[in-house]
Amino acid sequence: MTRYLLGRAAQSVLAVFGVMAIVFVVMRLSGDPTLLLVPEGATREQVDALRAQLGFDRPIPVQFADYLWTLCRLDLGESVVQRLPVWRIVAERIPYTGWLASTALAISVGIGIPVGVATAVWRGTLVERALMPLVLVGQSMPTFWSGILLIMLFGVGLGWLPTSGADEWRSVVMPAIALGGLSMATFARITRTSVMEELGKDYVRAIRAKGVARPVVVLRHVLRNGAIPIVTIAALEIANLLAGAVIVETVFAWPGMGQLAVQSIQARDFMVVQAIVLLVSIAYVLLNFVADILYGAIDPRIRLRGGPR
Amino acid sequence: MRFLRSALAAPGAAAVAPFAVLLLLFALVALLAPWIAPLDPARQSLLARLRPPGTTMGAATFWLGTDELGRDLLSRILHGARASLAVALLSVAVSGTLGTLLGVVAGYRRGWVEVAIMRAVDVMLSIPAILLAIITVAVLGPGFLNLVLVLGFTRWPRYTRVAYAQTLGQAGLPYVTAARLAGARAPRLLLRHVLPNIAAPLVVVATLEFGLMILFEAGLSFLGLGIQPPMASWGSIMSTGRNYVGTAWWIATFPGICLFLLVLSVNICGDHLRDRFDPRAALR
Repeated sequence: MTRYLLGRAAQSVLAVFGVMAIVFVVMRLSGDPTLLLVPEGATREQVDALRAQLGFDRPIPVQFADYLWTLCRLDLGESVVQRLPVWRIVAERIPYTGWLASTALAISVGIGIPVGVATAVWRGTLVERALMPLVLVGQSMPTFWSGILLIMLFGVGLGWLPTSGADEWRSVVMPAIALGGLSMATFARITRTSVMEELGKDYVRAIRAKGVARPVVVLRHVLRNGAIPIVTIAALEIANLLAGAVIVETVFAWPGMGQLAVQSIQARDFMVVQAIVLLVSIAYVLLNFVADILYGAIDPRIRLRGGPR
Repeated sequence: MRFLRSALAAPGAAAVAPFAVLLLLFALVALLAPWIAPLDPARQSLLARLRPPGTTMGAATFWLGTDELGRDLLSRILHGARASLAVALLSVAVSGTLGTLLGVVAGYRRGWVEVAIMRAVDVMLSIPAILLAIITVAVLGPGFLNLVLVLGFTRWPRYTRVAYAQTLGQAGLPYVTAARLAGARAPRLLLRHVLPNIAAPLVVVATLEFGLMILFEAGLSFLGLGIQPPMASWGSIMSTGRNYVGTAWWIATFPGICLFLLVLSVNICGDHLRDRFDPRAALR
């Protein structure tokens, strides 16, 4: 188990390092990162001064080493536009994105997993035929389109829910549904596949033959054995929800990290954009690591053999 | 061709057929947009601002209404299909070619090449794709070409994974040894002999990616980072429509319906191909 965990931890560290390297390269794709950071209409002297101040005139390897060293000290730099530490600008927004993403996750898991189980258990019946379109629609609806539809229906049409902002608990309902739709479909599909695969195995027949009721078999045995793909997907989906928040937060003027990212691009505040990409990617790597640990907890075979598959 | 024929003969093809036809229809609209669009999609008219669907003004009828600048929505939507499919097609071509080449090379060469490429895949897959696209477009600037390049150069890892695994599986087969003994060098061996044998699963990945690329184009254009005005894109039309949901519902609604139907038909056709060529996935 220790070896398994150490191996996974090393992989995660490598991935975080790789993410930092990619962001570093992307920021330099335009040739001169200084030009991204100066306000429009800056004079030549101002640009040169900023370049020297930020150290962009040094050799690339030196810049890279300095960049990594700064990040390792958990320093995200300073926003050139707002003259504030990036960390403070981003931190204000994190709770809002957390609130939105966790509500969306609750909705997608709460609907997706039962739908997946139901369509697998009642395969070929009316239940499956009634629920599968829900999955297909969820999978093909862009978040901003379901968001706009919800606004039209419940915001403008019926006037039940606020159409923008995050002032009260009702504000989160529509953005969370729009954001969670795609994840809901993914959870339903994965659960369905996993449960169907398990249902065909010998142990299910054996337990059934023993006289255990079907619901008990599904809930206590099949779901536990089929949980590994669901846990993997859950880690992936949380990251997708954080990333998808960029668009949903723009639709609903939700004051989270996603809206901040878009506003920062418009304001040419690239230090903030870079910080958001780094934070979400690192969260994603960490979530995958947690999923790896959970495998071991769910399935003892992995603890012994080291790694799924 | 054999690939297509067996896809059409598969069980369940009848249920998929309407969506395949719909997909074809979208492709036709995209190709013929300049000729079938009733009006110039970029022509503005202050007098015709925000007219509801079916308004007739002089010689022009706005079947789907007009936008905030008095442009004909129907014509803009038809032209938007062009942007959507062109970006998706080109970016899938770029990422598919790049990803396949890297995967095949990693699977055949092994050693440090394999380690380097597959580690790069792991890292690329640990940055949420939409965020990577957003920051890259923001750095390089928006626009059609940059959109294609960004999507093309960020979406290759999935093809690499599949091509790599498939090539590993093929490398030990007798025909590879035979071709090598016959004197075929690596490029010829991989492109002429291995590639045709691993094409089916790659086509499946490409189909699923195609639907995703349509969503990415629309999403980035919605954020103002994709197709730039005066060019029409469903995403950017809908971002205007968001501001007028209370007064001009048609602006967001019609492109939204088109986007949904297009992605739905791509997904259904893609699922069908996958069930057909990946028997293990048929359960899904």
